[in-house]
Amino acid sequence: MSRSEAIPSDWLHYYGQRAAQCQPGMLFDFYQHGVLHPDTPIAQAPMVAMDFETTGLSVDEAEIVSIGLVPFDLRRIYCAESKHWVVKPEQEMTEDSIVFHGITHSEVESAPPLESVLDQVLDAIAGKLVVVHYRYIERAFLNKAVMSILKEPVLFPMIDTMHLESIILQRQQHFWHKLLKKLLPSVRLGHCRSRYNLPHYDAHNALTDAVATAELLQAQIAHHFSADHAVKTYWV
Amino acid sequence: MQPEQVEIQRFLADYSPFDELPDDALMTLAKQVEVAYYVAGSDILSYGEPVNDLFVVRSGAVETFRRNGELYNRLDAGGIFGQMGLMMRGRVRFPTKALEDCLLYCIPADLFNDYCDQYEGFSNYFEVDNAALLRQSITDQTNKNDLTTDKVKSLLMRDVVTISKEAPVSEAALLMTQESVSALLITDPDKPIESDPEDDDGQAIGIITDRDFITRVVAESLDLKTPIGQVMSTDMVVLDENAYVYEAMLAMLRFNIHHLPVLKKKKPIGIIELSDIVRYESQSSLFLVREIFAQQNVDGLAEYAKFVPDAFVRMVNEDANSHMIGSAMAVVGRSFKQRLLELAEESLGPPPVPYCFLALGSMARDEQMLVTDQDNAIILDDSYDAALHGEYFTALTQFVCDGLNTCGYTYCNGDIMATNPKWQLTLSQWKHVFSQWIENPDPEALLHCSIFFDLEGVWGKEQWATELRRHVAVQAKDNRKFLAALARNALLRTPPLGFFKAFVMEKDGRHNNSINLKRRGTAPLTDVIRVHALAIGSRARNSFERLDDIIAANLLPEGSAQDLSDALEYLSIVRVKHQAKDVLQKVAPDNNIEPDNLSRFERRNLKEAFQVVSAAQNFLKFRYTANASIKGTKH
Repeated sequence: MSRSEAIPSDWLHYYGQRAAQCQPGMLFDFYQHGVLHPDTPIAQAPMVAMDFETTGLSVDEAEIVSIGLVPFDLRRIYCAESKHWVVKPEQEMTEDSIVFHGITHSEVESAPPLESVLDQVLDAIAGKLVVVHYRYIERAFLNKAVMSILKEPVLFPMIDTMHLESIILQRQQHFWHKLLKKLLPSVRLGHCRSRYNLPHYDAHNALTDAVATAELLQAQIAHHFSADHAVKTYWV
Repeated sequence: MQPEQVEIQRFLADYSPFDELPDDALMTLAKQVEVAYYVAGSDILSYGEPVNDLFVVRSGAVETFRRNGELYNRLDAGGIFGQMGLMMRGRVRFPTKALEDCLLYCIPADLFNDYCDQYEGFSNYFEVDNAALLRQSITDQTNKNDLTTDKVKSLLMRDVVTISKEAPVSEAALLMTQESVSALLITDPDKPIESDPEDDDGQAIGIITDRDFITRVVAESLDLKTPIGQVMSTDMVVLDENAYVYEAMLAMLRFNIHHLPVLKKKKPIGIIELSDIVRYESQSSLFLVREIFAQQNVDGLAEYAKFVPDAFVRMVNEDANSHMIGSAMAVVGRSFKQRLLELAEESLGPPPVPYCFLALGSMARDEQMLVTDQDNAIILDDSYDAALHGEYFTALTQFVCDGLNTCGYTYCNGDIMATNPKWQLTLSQWKHVFSQWIENPDPEALLHCSIFFDLEGVWGKEQWATELRRHVAVQAKDNRKFLAALARNALLRTPPLGFFKAFVMEKDGRHNNSINLKRRGTAPLTDVIRVHALAIGSRARNSFERLDDIIAANLLPEGSAQDLSDALEYLSIVRVKHQAKDVLQKVAPDNNIEPDNLSRFERRNLKEAFQVVSAAQNFLKFRYTANASIKGTKH
């Protein structure tokens, strides 16, 4: 799936369709859980921040090596219910990616394949609004993995904190900057966080980044949006 | 796979008291944390709302406030708040706001409590921290109460005005008018100044007030040339310049005077007047007392008696210490007695023989609380003849005791009341009775000791009460047999601690799972303190003042008298606060507290206070009763 691939515009309809079409199994259960009503205020939405570490950035070549999930809402982030998996990719990992995500060969060697934890992952996000920073990674890698394991796609609405930050920055940008096509400030996770007085995190693992993403969304909404806004204004 | 909250764990490990925790405990903690983001200026905690977490500032800054809105503390990364609320009944004590955008780690209360139980270093941090916080908050609140911290010298507006005792009253009146003062100090120029400068009283021998001019000069149609020395009052009540304003207030109330000379190194430096104090305290027990004396009948008094709990609660809220509260309540109780006696004499006529009405027990000790019954007695002149005067005193005591009952000071269960012929004795008879009790301390005598040995004159020949106290002090001091019996008696009421230092609850059926703070705490302590005080011949009536004498006499091991004082103050304050809470909740105040309703912090302090009581009783046993063969020890 590439960035241009079609994403359903009506999630309620899409979920209804999938729930009717899916064979009994993991995806059937997932879609049976349903999707939040688009008019639900964000303050009432149960959310889950999700982050993957991968062996590379290209969805065609790289694979997931770890998954971090943490449930939260606008009030609190519930670390006690967070989940973290290291999974064994099909292909050998390159030295480059080890430097990037810090997960070593031996850790991966003793890890289960994604196939054996997939049901737990889907269980943990079913019925919740998934929040990520840069949706193209998580959406594409998960969809590809599910396609290869279950032979069916998995798509669900996501809030993308990077996308929200771009909107915020564009709104704040003065018109002459727009005229001059001046570049927006960085929307990388760490840079976004520093604009909200959120601390710098050294550790790069999927769980820390998931928590960092959840914190960022709490800060973005507290500063720039309203807790009363419907989820449909945020999700993509 | 175990989720790893690496960042949270790393962060906490850098800060106290989390650095005290073993790695696995810290990891568990990091996993349990909840995270919350607050925008600058938003409220994090509001006063009185439930608090379920301990908060750690991860980034940004917060401000905590006192209840009145004053800034209390400012915290940044690593700063902890919410612990006071968690330890004090789970309600927010210090409202908190985000000063900057901040990220907070919230540690669930259950986990916090678990860790306090499991890890000593962790709980010590909060104990030490909270003791300091508590002391700080008490100090801060006290600072706001002028009566408790301002000294009388701060009320002095001008120098003292004096006049020689030889000057005629007309000259004194003129001087008062010119200087616009309502009192003069009278000096005696011939009075030799003592060679000891510390003992020089500046030759002041008396005081004259504007009221004295009315009652002693004008009303008596006195010759204006009469020397002022002949009309002055010589029984001056004076105060040291370092006395607190509340002491001045109490002195005025007790002696019913409106002017108090203030001394600096025994030399008069000024006079403070009632109006000076009124400026300071406009809504207080002082006004209650004024109103008591203005009432014309028992019904009127009963009306004002309804305000006693309010005055009590106000003092508690102002964080007065237990001595102040106990004194003020005693003054109020005494005022009811005095006014009732005035009213009785008005209707019955002047007494056929002089008498002294006595207050006994807690009122005499200036340790009166809200829940109290009347303990009183009467000393009659030695010329008393029951056949001739009995009827008068029967009527008088009946009037007073009934009146007190109407005003909320219920009849004494043990019938220790002035209406009981047993306790209507002449001064000689009283001395004899006390001598008997001291010589033959049988169980019944000892039962009476704890009440009768705390006595004070409230009306009439008050000096008789002083004389009786002197009699008791002289006889009891060094009387080993009596002190041993009294000490044994003081061991009968034990603090409510079991073998494993757990609380032992009352088993009287009505107050299950409760502890009677008076019976199990303050009463045994005052008993112990009384024995020591009698042993050294102290004539102080108040337990704290007795402790001062005991410290001065070096009777107890280093520091242990201070422990007794602290324990008594703590137990009294818990009692006082419990009663104040009852008043606010409109239930009948009592002395029974339920440990289940206390925070861990309060429970811990309470156990410590009870252990001081227990230790004090053990020492008493050893000191006075342990081994009759150890003789010749001092006292």
